[in-house]
Amino acid sequence: MLKAITLLLLFQLAGETIAMLFRLSVPGPVIGMGLLFVALMLRGGASIELRNTAQNLLQHLSLLFVPAGVGVMLHFNRIADKWLPILIALPASTFATIGVTALLLRALHREEAGEQP
Amino acid sequence: MNARINEIWVYLAASPLLGLALTLLAYQGAVWVNRRCNGHPLANPVLIAVVTLVLLLWVSGTAYRTYFDGAQFVHFLLGLATVALAIPLHAQLGRLKRMAGPLLIALLGGSLTAAVSAVLIGRVLGASDATVLSLAPKSVTTPIAMGIAERLGGLPSLTAVLVILTGILGAVGAQWVYALMKCQDPAVRGFSLGIASHGIGTARAFQVGEETGAFAALGMGLNGLLTAVLLPWLMPTLMRWVG
Repeated sequence: MLKAITLLLLFQLAGETIAMLFRLSVPGPVIGMGLLFVALMLRGGASIELRNTAQNLLQHLSLLFVPAGVGVMLHFNRIADKWLPILIALPASTFATIGVTALLLRALHREEAGEQP
Repeated sequence: MNARINEIWVYLAASPLLGLALTLLAYQGAVWVNRRCNGHPLANPVLIAVVTLVLLLWVSGTAYRTYFDGAQFVHFLLGLATVALAIPLHAQLGRLKRMAGPLLIALLGGSLTAAVSAVLIGRVLGASDATVLSLAPKSVTTPIAMGIAERLGGLPSLTAVLVILTGILGAVGAQWVYALMKCQDPAVRGFSLGIASHGIGTARAFQVGEETGAFAALGMGLNGLLTAVLLPWLMPTLMRWVG
């Protein structure tokens, strides 16, 4: 547990450092995720300890969005005067994105997999 | 007695203990409600916990800053969890390799749809330039989206609100899209939800299953990268086009 958390922190630290160093618009943790993914590919997989820690952490991923979510909802008045375009554009665009991505992936993937349903 | 209660309240309200405890309590309450609804996506734990806490802060007249002094300990773990996404992702390595081509094309289609449809619909309904530019990066994770909005000339703080709302909308409503297209494949479901609704969609995907979650994490990460590259280049043309 402690080892795994230290490892994750180190990868985050490396990601943040790279992001700052090269002034990237991609956040440090996302770069850290990429670095860890490459490391796992080179090493052939994660240890059981690391896998368990990740699973525990990701099981409650929703919890980690709550503090930021509360902050954002307090700024609700920012959309008060532009609510109509937002009220329609947000759900329509979000569902269109889900639909287009899913349709494309399903169609292309099926083609490649041959006869599989 | 009243003075004593007041004294305790002043002490507690100023310490990080209360914000942290309230966050965990509100979340566990939200998870309990979610289970009672058999995990129905409408009973989204983020949504329930956030609404509960906003009401509590509002009723008690507590400033967000005071609350966040405690909640920041939870918030901090978000970076750690993002790094940890590499592990379920790596577990799907075999499938990722087989699906690489289709995944990349679907990514491009989804990423373009997210930005272009938001801009077009917003513009048709009379949104201002600043609003439209703030809408464009709404499907990517908050820090990337705010950076893009700033570069485009949008309002980063408005984008932050739109990003969270998009996350919740996708997590709550994706089921209707999948039902409409009779889609069962966890890879397809996860990937599309991660692209449209970033981290909050990914959190929802992990509730459904490990494989769904892994593909959502992949979609979120790739769409963050692609949008950061694509939008600053695409938006000027698109804005000229929509007028």
